[in-house]
Amino acid sequence: METCSLRSQNFLFCMYDLIIIGAGPAGLSAAIYAARRALKTLVLGKEIGGQAIYASQVENYPGFDLIPGFELMDKMKKHAEHLGAEFQSFKVKEIKKEGDIFRVQEEDGKIFEGWAVVLCFGAAPRKLGIPNEDKFKGCGISYCATCDAPFYKNKIAVVVGGGNAALDAALLLAKFAKKVYLVHRREEFRAEEVRVNQARALSNIEIILNSEVKGFKGDKTICGVSIGDIVNRTQREIEVNGIFVEIGHIIKSDFVKNLVNLDEHGQIVVNQKNETSAPGVFAAGDATVVPYKQIVIAAGEGAKAALSAYSYLQQVKQ
Amino acid sequence: MPEIILTDQNFEDEVLKSSVPVLVDFWAPWCGPCKMMGPIVEEVAKRFEGKPAKVAKLNVDEAAATAEKYNIMGIPTFKIFKGGEVVDEFTGVQSKEEIVKRLEKTLQ
Repeated sequence: METCSLRSQNFLFCMYDLIIIGAGPAGLSAAIYAARRALKTLVLGKEIGGQAIYASQVENYPGFDLIPGFELMDKMKKHAEHLGAEFQSFKVKEIKKEGDIFRVQEEDGKIFEGWAVVLCFGAAPRKLGIPNEDKFKGCGISYCATCDAPFYKNKIAVVVGGGNAALDAALLLAKFAKKVYLVHRREEFRAEEVRVNQARALSNIEIILNSEVKGFKGDKTICGVSIGDIVNRTQREIEVNGIFVEIGHIIKSDFVKNLVNLDEHGQIVVNQKNETSAPGVFAAGDATVVPYKQIVIAAGEGAKAALSAYSYLQQVKQ
Repeated sequence: MPEIILTDQNFEDEVLKSSVPVLVDFWAPWCGPCKMMGPIVEEVAKRFEGKPAKVAKLNVDEAAATAEKYNIMGIPTFKIFKGGEVVDEFTGVQSKEEIVKRLEKTLQ
Protein backbone atom coordinates (compact mmCIF):
# COMPACT_ATOMS: atom_id res chain seq x y z
CA MET A 1 0.00 0.00 0.00
CA GLU A 2 1.38 3.38 -0.93
CA THR A 3 1.70 5.87 1.84
CA CYS A 4 -0.11 9.11 2.39
CA SER A 5 2.15 11.32 4.42
CA LEU A 6 1.58 14.66 6.01
CA ARG A 7 4.62 16.64 4.91
CA SER A 8 3.55 19.93 6.38
CA GLN A 9 0.49 21.26 8.16
CA ASN A 10 -1.77 21.78 5.18
CA PHE A 11 -0.04 19.82 2.51
CA LEU A 12 -1.14 16.25 2.39
CA PHE A 13 0.74 14.43 -0.34
CA CYS A 14 -0.81 11.31 -1.69
CA MET A 15 0.19 9.29 -4.70
CA TYR A 16 -2.64 7.71 -6.62
CA ASP A 17 -2.80 5.93 -9.96
CA LEU A 18 -5.96 7.79 -10.88
CA ILE A 19 -7.58 10.91 -9.49
CA ILE A 20 -11.20 11.35 -10.53
CA ILE A 21 -12.52 14.87 -10.15
CA GLY A 22 -16.27 14.81 -9.66
CA ALA A 23 -18.53 12.24 -8.04
CA GLY A 24 -21.60 12.14 -10.28
CA PRO A 25 -22.55 9.20 -12.53
CA ALA A 26 -19.44 9.66 -14.74
CA GLY A 27 -17.01 9.87 -11.82
CA LEU A 28 -18.54 6.99 -9.87
CA SER A 29 -18.66 4.74 -12.92
CA ALA A 30 -15.04 5.64 -13.72
CA ALA A 31 -14.15 4.79 -10.11
CA ILE A 32 -15.83 1.37 -10.37
CA TYR A 33 -13.95 0.53 -13.58
CA ALA A 34 -10.63 1.87 -12.26
CA ALA A 35 -10.93 0.02 -8.98
CA ARG A 36 -11.70 -3.22 -10.80
CA ARG A 37 -8.45 -2.76 -12.70
CA ALA A 38 -6.73 -2.51 -9.31
CA LEU A 39 -5.82 1.14 -9.80
CA LYS A 40 -5.30 3.11 -6.59
CA THR A 41 -8.20 5.47 -7.14
CA LEU A 42 -9.27 8.68 -5.48
CA VAL A 43 -12.58 10.41 -6.12
CA LEU A 44 -12.53 14.10 -5.25
CA GLY A 45 -16.03 15.51 -5.15
CA LYS A 46 -18.02 17.91 -3.06
CA GLU A 47 -21.36 16.60 -4.20
CA ILE A 48 -21.57 12.81 -4.19
CA GLY A 49 -24.04 11.82 -6.88
CA GLY A 50 -23.88 15.13 -8.75
CA GLN A 51 -26.96 16.58 -10.43
CA ALA A 52 -28.70 13.18 -10.33
CA ILE A 53 -29.43 13.50 -6.60
CA TYR A 54 -31.77 16.39 -7.41
CA ALA A 55 -34.02 14.13 -9.50
CA SER A 56 -36.91 12.92 -7.37
CA GLN A 57 -37.35 9.89 -9.62
CA VAL A 58 -35.19 8.40 -12.36
CA GLU A 59 -37.19 6.35 -14.84
CA ASN A 60 -34.71 5.68 -17.62
CA TYR A 61 -31.67 4.05 -16.06
CA PRO A 62 -31.60 0.51 -17.42
CA GLY A 63 -32.51 -2.05 -14.80
CA PHE A 64 -34.44 0.44 -12.67
CA ASP A 65 -37.91 1.35 -13.84
CA LEU A 66 -38.38 3.83 -11.01
CA ILE A 67 -35.76 4.86 -8.49
CA PRO A 68 -35.14 8.12 -6.58
CA GLY A 69 -32.04 9.86 -7.98
CA PHE A 70 -30.19 9.86 -4.67
CA GLU A 71 -30.83 6.13 -4.18
CA LEU A 72 -29.37 5.29 -7.57
CA MET A 73 -26.33 7.45 -6.87
CA ASP A 74 -25.93 6.06 -3.36
CA LYS A 75 -25.81 2.58 -4.88
CA MET A 76 -23.13 3.72 -7.34
CA LYS A 77 -21.07 5.31 -4.56
CA LYS A 78 -21.27 2.22 -2.36
CA HIS A 79 -20.37 0.06 -5.34
CA ALA A 80 -17.21 2.12 -5.99
CA GLU A 81 -16.36 2.23 -2.28
CA HIS A 82 -16.81 -1.51 -1.92
CA LEU A 83 -14.30 -2.05 -4.72
CA GLY A 84 -11.73 0.07 -2.92
CA ALA A 85 -12.04 3.57 -4.40
CA GLU A 86 -11.30 6.32 -1.86
CA PHE A 87 -13.44 9.43 -1.50
CA GLN A 88 -12.57 12.92 -0.31
CA SER A 89 -15.04 15.78 -0.21
CA PHE A 90 -12.93 18.62 -1.54
CA LYS A 91 -13.37 21.21 -4.23
CA VAL A 92 -10.45 21.25 -6.65
CA LYS A 93 -8.80 24.59 -7.36
CA GLU A 94 -5.93 23.71 -9.65
CA ILE A 95 -4.36 20.83 -11.56
CA LYS A 96 -0.72 21.01 -12.59
CA LYS A 97 1.44 18.52 -14.44
CA GLU A 98 5.01 18.11 -13.34
CA GLY A 99 6.87 15.57 -15.41
CA ASP A 100 4.51 12.60 -15.60
CA ILE A 101 2.80 13.44 -12.32
CA PHE A 102 -0.36 15.46 -11.82
CA ARG A 103 -0.66 17.62 -8.72
CA VAL A 104 -4.26 18.30 -7.77
CA GLN A 105 -4.75 21.08 -5.27
CA GLU A 106 -7.98 21.75 -3.39
CA GLU A 107 -9.20 25.11 -2.13
CA ASP A 108 -7.53 24.95 1.29
CA GLY A 109 -4.17 23.93 -0.12
CA LYS A 110 -4.19 20.17 0.30
CA ILE A 111 -2.44 18.44 -2.58
CA PHE A 112 -3.07 15.00 -4.06
CA GLU A 113 -0.74 13.46 -6.57
CA GLY A 114 -1.62 11.01 -9.31
CA TRP A 115 -0.37 9.46 -12.51
CA ALA A 116 -3.55 10.25 -14.43
CA VAL A 117 -6.68 12.36 -14.02
CA VAL A 118 -10.31 11.98 -15.12
CA LEU A 119 -12.34 15.19 -15.22
CA CYS A 120 -16.01 14.51 -14.44
CA PHE A 121 -17.07 17.65 -12.63
CA GLY A 122 -20.34 17.96 -14.53
CA ALA A 123 -22.46 21.06 -14.66
CA ALA A 124 -23.99 23.43 -12.13
CA PRO A 125 -27.43 25.08 -12.23
CA ARG A 126 -27.39 28.34 -14.15
CA LYS A 127 -28.27 31.30 -11.96
CA LEU A 128 -30.59 34.16 -12.89
CA GLY A 129 -27.79 36.65 -12.47
CA ILE A 130 -29.81 39.16 -10.46
CA PRO A 131 -28.52 41.05 -7.40
CA ASN A 132 -28.58 39.21 -4.02
CA GLU A 133 -29.39 35.88 -5.65
CA ASP A 134 -26.85 33.97 -3.52
CA LYS A 135 -27.93 35.68 -0.32
CA PHE A 136 -31.51 34.47 -0.76
CA LYS A 137 -30.67 30.85 -1.59
CA GLY A 138 -32.69 28.86 0.93
CA CYS A 139 -34.72 31.95 1.80
CA GLY A 140 -36.93 32.01 -1.26
CA ILE A 141 -34.56 31.24 -4.12
CA SER A 142 -34.35 27.55 -4.98
CA TYR A 143 -32.57 25.48 -7.58
CA CYS A 144 -34.16 22.23 -6.41
CA ALA A 145 -37.91 21.92 -6.75
CA THR A 146 -38.03 18.39 -5.31
CA CYS A 147 -36.23 19.63 -2.19
CA ASP A 148 -38.15 22.80 -1.61
CA ALA A 149 -41.61 22.58 -3.20
CA PRO A 150 -43.24 21.13 -0.03
CA PHE A 151 -42.42 24.38 1.82
CA TYR A 152 -44.81 26.26 -0.48
CA LYS A 153 -48.07 24.89 0.86
CA ASN A 154 -50.71 27.60 0.21
CA LYS A 155 -47.99 30.00 -0.92
CA ILE A 156 -47.18 31.63 -4.24
CA ALA A 157 -44.17 30.63 -6.32
CA VAL A 158 -42.55 31.64 -9.57
CA VAL A 159 -40.80 29.10 -11.76
CA VAL A 160 -38.35 30.48 -14.30
CA GLY A 161 -37.51 28.46 -17.40
CA GLY A 162 -39.02 26.69 -20.38
CA GLY A 163 -37.50 23.21 -20.48
CA ASN A 164 -38.62 19.92 -18.96
CA ALA A 165 -37.06 20.78 -15.60
CA ALA A 166 -39.04 24.03 -15.39
CA LEU A 167 -42.30 22.33 -16.32
CA ASP A 168 -41.66 19.52 -13.81
CA ALA A 169 -40.98 22.12 -11.11
CA ALA A 170 -44.21 23.98 -11.94
CA LEU A 171 -46.27 20.78 -11.95
CA LEU A 172 -44.79 19.68 -8.62
CA LEU A 173 -45.28 23.10 -7.03
CA ALA A 174 -48.89 23.20 -8.24
CA LYS A 175 -49.60 20.32 -5.82
CA PHE A 176 -48.60 22.49 -2.85
CA ALA A 177 -48.81 26.15 -3.78
CA LYS A 178 -52.04 28.07 -4.22
CA LYS A 179 -50.59 29.78 -7.28
CA VAL A 180 -47.63 29.11 -9.57
CA TYR A 181 -46.39 31.56 -12.19
CA LEU A 182 -44.31 29.97 -14.95
CA VAL A 183 -42.13 32.63 -16.49
CA HIS A 184 -40.35 31.89 -19.76
CA ARG A 185 -38.44 34.30 -21.94
CA ARG A 186 -39.56 32.81 -25.25
CA GLU A 187 -42.87 32.37 -27.06
CA GLU A 188 -42.61 28.57 -27.10
CA PHE A 189 -41.55 26.01 -24.51
CA ARG A 190 -38.65 23.65 -25.12
CA ALA A 191 -40.29 21.13 -22.79
CA GLU A 192 -42.20 18.09 -24.01
CA GLU A 193 -45.74 18.71 -25.21
CA VAL A 194 -47.21 16.35 -22.57
CA ARG A 195 -45.80 18.40 -19.72
CA VAL A 196 -46.83 21.72 -21.27
CA ASN A 197 -50.39 20.47 -21.75
CA GLN A 198 -50.52 19.26 -18.15
CA ALA A 199 -49.43 22.69 -16.96
CA ARG A 200 -51.94 24.51 -19.18
CA ALA A 201 -54.73 22.32 -17.81
CA LEU A 202 -54.08 23.31 -14.19
CA SER A 203 -56.03 26.27 -12.89
CA ASN A 204 -53.35 27.32 -10.38
CA ILE A 205 -50.56 27.62 -12.97
CA GLU A 206 -50.37 30.91 -14.85
CA ILE A 207 -48.01 30.95 -17.81
CA ILE A 208 -46.20 34.20 -18.58
CA LEU A 209 -44.33 34.06 -21.88
CA ASN A 210 -41.78 36.41 -23.46
CA SER A 211 -40.83 37.57 -19.99
CA GLU A 212 -38.00 37.39 -17.52
CA VAL A 213 -37.44 37.97 -13.83
CA LYS A 214 -35.61 41.26 -13.39
CA GLY A 215 -35.29 41.36 -9.63
CA PHE A 216 -37.02 40.61 -6.39
CA LYS A 217 -38.20 42.25 -3.22
CA GLY A 218 -37.74 41.01 0.28
CA ASP A 219 -36.06 41.54 3.58
CA LYS A 220 -35.24 38.13 5.05
CA THR A 221 -37.33 36.13 2.63
CA ILE A 222 -38.72 36.97 -0.78
CA CYS A 223 -42.09 38.72 -1.00
CA GLY A 224 -42.24 39.81 -4.61
CA VAL A 225 -40.63 39.74 -8.04
CA SER A 226 -40.49 42.18 -10.90
CA ILE A 227 -41.20 40.61 -14.26
CA GLY A 228 -40.20 42.30 -17.47
CA ASP A 229 -42.04 41.69 -20.74
CA ILE A 230 -39.39 41.41 -23.46
CA VAL A 231 -41.76 42.27 -26.35
CA ASN A 232 -43.71 45.19 -24.85
CA ARG A 233 -40.78 46.36 -22.69
CA THR A 234 -43.09 46.72 -19.71
CA GLN A 235 -42.42 45.72 -16.15
CA ARG A 236 -44.73 44.64 -13.37
CA GLU A 237 -44.50 43.47 -9.78
CA ILE A 238 -46.02 40.21 -8.59
CA GLU A 239 -46.43 39.13 -4.99
CA VAL A 240 -44.66 35.78 -4.45
CA ASN A 241 -42.96 33.81 -1.67
CA GLY A 242 -40.28 32.20 -3.72
CA ILE A 243 -38.51 31.76 -7.05
CA PHE A 244 -37.56 28.39 -8.54
CA VAL A 245 -34.76 28.74 -11.07
CA GLU A 246 -34.74 26.08 -13.79
CA ILE A 247 -32.85 27.69 -16.67
CA GLY A 248 -30.36 24.99 -17.50
CA HIS A 249 -26.80 24.40 -16.46
CA ILE A 250 -23.35 25.85 -16.95
CA ILE A 251 -20.00 24.11 -16.95
CA LYS A 252 -17.52 25.59 -14.51
CA SER A 253 -14.39 24.56 -16.36
CA ASP A 254 -12.34 27.72 -15.85
CA PHE A 255 -9.93 25.96 -13.50
CA VAL A 256 -8.85 23.56 -16.26
CA LYS A 257 -8.72 26.00 -19.17
CA ASN A 258 -4.92 26.04 -19.13
CA LEU A 259 -4.78 22.26 -18.93
CA VAL A 260 -7.17 21.01 -21.65
CA ASN A 261 -8.95 22.34 -24.73
CA LEU A 262 -12.49 23.60 -24.18
CA ASP A 263 -15.15 24.49 -26.72
CA GLU A 264 -16.96 27.84 -26.86
CA HIS A 265 -19.43 26.69 -24.18
CA GLY A 266 -16.66 25.69 -21.79
CA GLN A 267 -17.20 21.99 -22.48
CA ILE A 268 -14.11 19.77 -22.40
CA VAL A 269 -13.15 18.51 -25.85
CA VAL A 270 -12.69 14.72 -25.86
CA ASN A 271 -12.20 12.10 -28.55
CA GLN A 272 -13.94 8.72 -28.75
CA LYS A 273 -11.59 7.32 -26.13
CA ASN A 274 -12.32 10.19 -23.73
CA GLU A 275 -8.82 11.58 -24.13
CA THR A 276 -8.51 15.35 -23.78
CA SER A 277 -5.86 17.50 -25.44
CA ALA A 278 -3.51 16.78 -22.51
CA PRO A 279 -1.91 13.31 -22.30
CA GLY A 280 -2.92 11.63 -19.05
CA VAL A 281 -6.03 13.77 -18.65
CA PHE A 282 -9.32 12.11 -19.54
CA ALA A 283 -12.84 13.49 -19.25
CA ALA A 284 -16.40 12.19 -19.13
CA GLY A 285 -19.97 13.20 -18.44
CA ASP A 286 -21.85 16.50 -18.63
CA ALA A 287 -18.65 18.57 -18.53
CA THR A 288 -17.61 17.24 -21.95
CA VAL A 289 -18.76 17.93 -25.51
CA VAL A 290 -20.55 14.57 -25.66
CA PRO A 291 -24.23 15.28 -26.42
CA TYR A 292 -27.30 14.22 -24.41
CA LYS A 293 -26.75 14.92 -20.74
CA GLN A 294 -28.14 11.71 -19.29
CA ILE A 295 -27.15 9.56 -16.30
CA VAL A 296 -26.68 6.44 -18.41
CA ILE A 297 -24.54 8.29 -20.94
CA ALA A 298 -22.36 9.86 -18.24
CA ALA A 299 -21.90 6.44 -16.63
CA GLY A 300 -20.91 4.88 -19.95
CA GLU A 301 -18.49 7.68 -20.73
CA GLY A 302 -16.98 7.39 -17.25
CA ALA A 303 -16.31 3.69 -17.83
CA LYS A 304 -14.62 4.50 -21.16
CA ALA A 305 -12.48 7.20 -19.57
CA ALA A 306 -11.30 4.82 -16.83
CA LEU A 307 -10.41 2.12 -19.36
CA SER A 308 -8.49 4.65 -21.49
CA ALA A 309 -6.70 5.86 -18.37
CA TYR A 310 -5.79 2.26 -17.56
CA SER A 311 -4.19 1.81 -21.02
CA TYR A 312 -2.30 5.07 -20.59
CA LEU A 313 -1.04 4.07 -17.12
CA GLN A 314 0.25 0.76 -18.37
CA GLN A 315 2.54 2.67 -20.69
CA VAL A 316 3.54 5.60 -18.52
CA LYS A 317 4.21 3.64 -15.31
CA GLN A 318 6.55 1.13 -16.96
CA MET B 1 -25.49 7.84 15.67
CA PRO B 2 -23.43 10.66 17.19
CA GLU B 3 -25.89 13.40 16.17
CA ILE B 4 -28.68 14.58 18.44
CA ILE B 5 -32.17 14.07 17.00
CA LEU B 6 -34.24 17.20 17.49
CA THR B 7 -37.98 17.44 17.97
CA ASP B 8 -40.32 20.36 18.62
CA GLN B 9 -40.21 19.26 22.27
CA ASN B 10 -36.46 19.03 22.88
CA PHE B 11 -35.35 21.92 20.64
CA GLU B 12 -35.34 24.47 23.43
CA ASP B 13 -33.29 22.35 25.84
CA GLU B 14 -30.88 20.88 23.30
CA VAL B 15 -30.33 23.96 21.15
CA LEU B 16 -31.55 27.24 22.62
CA LYS B 17 -30.36 26.51 26.17
CA SER B 18 -27.18 24.73 25.09
CA SER B 19 -24.01 26.00 26.72
CA VAL B 20 -22.03 25.15 23.56
CA PRO B 21 -22.64 26.02 19.86
CA VAL B 22 -25.02 23.65 18.05
CA LEU B 23 -25.01 22.90 14.32
CA VAL B 24 -28.54 22.04 13.23
CA ASP B 25 -29.09 20.18 9.94
CA PHE B 26 -32.63 20.84 8.69
CA TRP B 27 -33.48 17.93 6.41
CA ALA B 28 -36.23 15.66 5.11
CA PRO B 29 -36.32 12.10 3.83
CA TRP B 30 -37.76 13.18 0.45
CA CYS B 31 -34.82 15.49 -0.27
CA GLY B 32 -32.02 13.76 -2.19
CA PRO B 33 -29.26 16.26 -1.41
CA CYS B 34 -30.24 16.11 2.29
CA LYS B 35 -29.86 12.35 2.33
CA MET B 36 -26.50 12.63 0.59
CA MET B 37 -25.42 15.05 3.32
CA GLY B 38 -26.42 12.53 6.02
CA PRO B 39 -23.09 10.63 6.21
CA ILE B 40 -21.15 13.92 5.94
CA VAL B 41 -23.01 15.42 8.90
CA GLU B 42 -22.35 12.22 10.82
CA GLU B 43 -18.61 12.57 10.13
CA VAL B 44 -18.75 16.18 11.30
CA ALA B 45 -20.44 15.03 14.51
CA LYS B 46 -17.70 12.44 15.07
CA ARG B 47 -15.05 15.09 14.44
CA PHE B 48 -16.53 17.25 17.22
CA GLU B 49 -16.89 14.47 19.77
CA GLY B 50 -15.19 15.59 22.97
CA LYS B 51 -15.14 19.22 21.77
CA PRO B 52 -17.39 22.02 23.08
CA ALA B 53 -19.90 21.82 20.22
CA LYS B 54 -22.93 19.71 19.30
CA VAL B 55 -24.25 18.45 15.98
CA ALA B 56 -27.98 17.87 15.60
CA LYS B 57 -30.48 16.87 12.93
CA LEU B 58 -33.99 18.20 12.57
CA ASN B 59 -36.46 16.43 10.28
CA VAL B 60 -38.66 19.26 8.98
CA ASP B 61 -41.68 16.95 8.66
CA GLU B 62 -41.44 15.68 12.22
CA ALA B 63 -40.46 18.97 13.84
CA ALA B 64 -42.62 21.09 11.55
CA ALA B 65 -43.35 23.83 14.09
CA THR B 66 -39.65 24.51 14.67
CA ALA B 67 -38.90 24.46 10.93
CA GLU B 68 -41.66 26.97 10.40
CA LYS B 69 -40.50 29.14 13.27
CA TYR B 70 -37.08 29.42 11.63
CA ASN B 71 -38.65 30.13 8.25
CA ILE B 72 -37.13 27.15 6.49
CA MET B 73 -37.90 27.56 2.77
CA GLY B 74 -35.30 25.24 1.34
CA ILE B 75 -33.25 22.26 2.43
CA PRO B 76 -30.65 21.11 3.24
CA THR B 77 -30.22 24.16 5.45
CA PHE B 78 -27.68 24.40 8.24
CA LYS B 79 -27.90 26.83 11.12
CA ILE B 80 -25.40 27.27 13.90
CA PHE B 81 -26.92 28.37 17.21
CA LYS B 82 -24.91 29.95 19.97
CA GLY B 83 -26.48 31.35 23.14
CA GLY B 84 -29.94 30.75 21.69
CA GLU B 85 -29.24 32.82 18.56
CA VAL B 86 -28.47 31.89 14.97
CA VAL B 87 -24.86 32.96 14.39
CA ASP B 88 -24.30 31.36 10.98
CA GLU B 89 -26.46 29.71 8.32
CA PHE B 90 -26.00 28.17 4.89
CA THR B 91 -28.10 26.23 2.40
CA GLY B 92 -27.31 23.48 -0.09
CA VAL B 93 -24.78 20.71 -0.35
CA GLN B 94 -21.55 21.49 1.52
CA SER B 95 -18.24 19.73 1.86
CA LYS B 96 -17.33 18.26 5.23
CA GLU B 97 -14.39 20.65 5.51
CA GLU B 98 -16.62 23.67 4.90
CA ILE B 99 -19.03 22.69 7.69
CA VAL B 100 -16.16 21.89 10.08
CA LYS B 101 -14.56 25.26 9.31
CA ARG B 102 -17.75 27.19 9.98
CA LEU B 103 -18.55 25.34 13.20
CA GLU B 104 -15.00 25.73 14.45
CA LYS B 105 -15.22 29.47 13.87
CA THR B 106 -18.11 29.71 16.34
CA LEU B 107 -16.05 28.01 19.07
CA GLN B 108 -13.72 30.98 19.32
